[in-house]
Amino acid sequence: MSLLRIHKMTHSFGGLRVVHNYNVEIRSGQIMGLIGPNGAGKTTIFNLITGMYTPTEGQILFDGKIISGLQPHQIASLGLSRTFQNLLLWRHMTVLEHVKMAHYSKIRYGLLGAFFGTPKRHREEAEIEKSAHMLLDMMGIRHLSDQVVINLPYGAQRRVEMARALATDPKLLLLDEPTAGMNPEELVRIMEVIRRVHDELGLAIFLIEHRMKVVMELCETIQTLSFGEVIAEGTPEEIQNDPGVIDAYLGTATVI
Amino acid sequence: MRSVRASFSQVPLVGWLLSALVAVTLEHLVGAPVALALGLPRVPVLFGFLIMFATPTLIPSAILYTLCIYAVPIAGTAWLGTPVTNRLAAELFRLSKVISVAVHLFLLYAVLHLWAELSDYRVLVLRLTMIAIMVTLSLNVINGYMGQFSCSHPGFMALGAYVASVFTVVLFVDDGLFGPAWLPPFLGPFMFPIALILGGLVASFAALAVAIPSFRTRGDYLAVISLAFMFIVKSLIENLEVVRGPRGLSGQPEWATLPTVFLWTVACVWIVNNFVRSTMGKALNAVRDNETAAEAMTVNTRRTKIVAFLFAAFWAGVAGGLFAHVLGYVNPGTFGIQKLAEVLAMVYFGGLNSVYGAIVGAVSISLLGEALRPLEILKWIVIPLLVILVMIFRPTGLIAFTDLNVTNLIKPKHSPDPGV
Repeated sequence: MSLLRIHKMTHSFGGLRVVHNYNVEIRSGQIMGLIGPNGAGKTTIFNLITGMYTPTEGQILFDGKIISGLQPHQIASLGLSRTFQNLLLWRHMTVLEHVKMAHYSKIRYGLLGAFFGTPKRHREEAEIEKSAHMLLDMMGIRHLSDQVVINLPYGAQRRVEMARALATDPKLLLLDEPTAGMNPEELVRIMEVIRRVHDELGLAIFLIEHRMKVVMELCETIQTLSFGEVIAEGTPEEIQNDPGVIDAYLGTATVI
Repeated sequence: MRSVRASFSQVPLVGWLLSALVAVTLEHLVGAPVALALGLPRVPVLFGFLIMFATPTLIPSAILYTLCIYAVPIAGTAWLGTPVTNRLAAELFRLSKVISVAVHLFLLYAVLHLWAELSDYRVLVLRLTMIAIMVTLSLNVINGYMGQFSCSHPGFMALGAYVASVFTVVLFVDDGLFGPAWLPPFLGPFMFPIALILGGLVASFAALAVAIPSFRTRGDYLAVISLAFMFIVKSLIENLEVVRGPRGLSGQPEWATLPTVFLWTVACVWIVNNFVRSTMGKALNAVRDNETAAEAMTVNTRRTKIVAFLFAAFWAGVAGGLFAHVLGYVNPGTFGIQKLAEVLAMVYFGGLNSVYGAIVGAVSISLLGEALRPLEILKWIVIPLLVILVMIFRPTGLIAFTDLNVTNLIKPKHSPDPGV
């Protein structure tokens, strides 16, 4: 059974139709890529999946449950986590606090625990901290755990966001341009991280990316989006040789 | 200069408290003769500020008094006693954290009690200052930790004050308005916490009326709605003849004594500090810094905001109840725009997102307000000017974004390098 299944999803902002008849199926453990020119509607699709927008039409099923219409935090708690294209970090919080915060849905000590510092709270907070440290280790940023994120270099901030996304204990991870603004060196390292996350945690990953190198190396299946519609879907090789994709990216050659 | 600072940084908190205890004991023993010898009319009640402004010729004497009774004894004992107090702090710390905290609080209370015992004015100022700490801290939860701008705190205080007052006056006082007491007065002090909590809960319940509409959307709606709420509460009480309308309600029994107010303040600081340091409380910061990200990371942002708002309103209500019983009189005029300005000044002066900051802000603005009282109307130029200066040079307040870590506070402070 597929982990994420979107059936005939359409979304419009007022009169502007940004996503049209979009379908996708992601199995658990699969890495799926989503490419397309700027403004094709890639990020909108992510926002629709994570509940930040509600689709005008169509259905989103995650793990056999209909999730369209749920609040973003409910969807996230079900095991669907994401990173953002333009790093949305909490500027006054430390790296460790970021990763601990993403365990929010697992907190069971309740308000009384928060107010009175019960033993249960201390136990749970210690557990959360342990799990957070493990993720920071995995991302290779444990030594930064007490730093406020705003002081970190860009590459490290990306890793914090990734660690935070993983802390929600997802089954499917949506990565929105994880390599945006990175130099070639950082690029290689973040690709390693993505591959490690995939192999060690067995996550399914849905990836928006502009750099063909990354997409071609990481993804098993790729979708190409243009003006809100899927124009091609297939393995990296198939996509690379698809005339429609070349057309969407480079435009049609007209010889006069 | 640096070596002086370094040697004083070795003094543990318990050392400072014991030195302060020495100073206030000294004032008890020789305060009056020293004041007489320096030509002061009486023992200066507020570190000589009031005397300084009233009669400028006495400024040197007032300063000398403060030096002799407070500054020199405190600094001297703290410095001389460093090895002993450090060992004491270490012993206490080893024994148990709870006991250590209890000893520190007891010492703090002893200092405040002895200091205040010399004049009724000091008792009053001290109690009002502690109430200001509660109000500032609770407003800091909304304006600092959560980053919203709420103006309704005087309204919550008013609700707490009136509910608690009606409760105690109806049940325990033979009053012209509500008739004879229903219960024997000796039960009163035991029921007083119930009155305060009831006031807090009513304030909290009323806060729902602000929270539900304003947290449905994002943006600055809260400021407008909460300001409206404050005025609604004020005019509601002004028009309620049951509680004597604008003439105010009096006759509250004097149960808000120094120890009572002290215990409530400690409880408030402890609970708020617990809350904001838990991951659940940190969710407020996440909501403030980026709500979209918070929501995507499983934080139920709407619930978080509403809970924090009600929590803050509860403590404002409790503080209002204490306020009414300290003064023994409340009228709705107290809880207007001036109170709001005062509380906001305390929050922004002291520092956002910080328990320390709230305490520093509340104490400094309250004491400043009292110290500058002889300036009369000019006081309301000096204090805002100070707040503006702080806003220019430290936009988030004096001590912003610092956690109150009790363990670090009570730890012994050993010299980092004893050889040098």
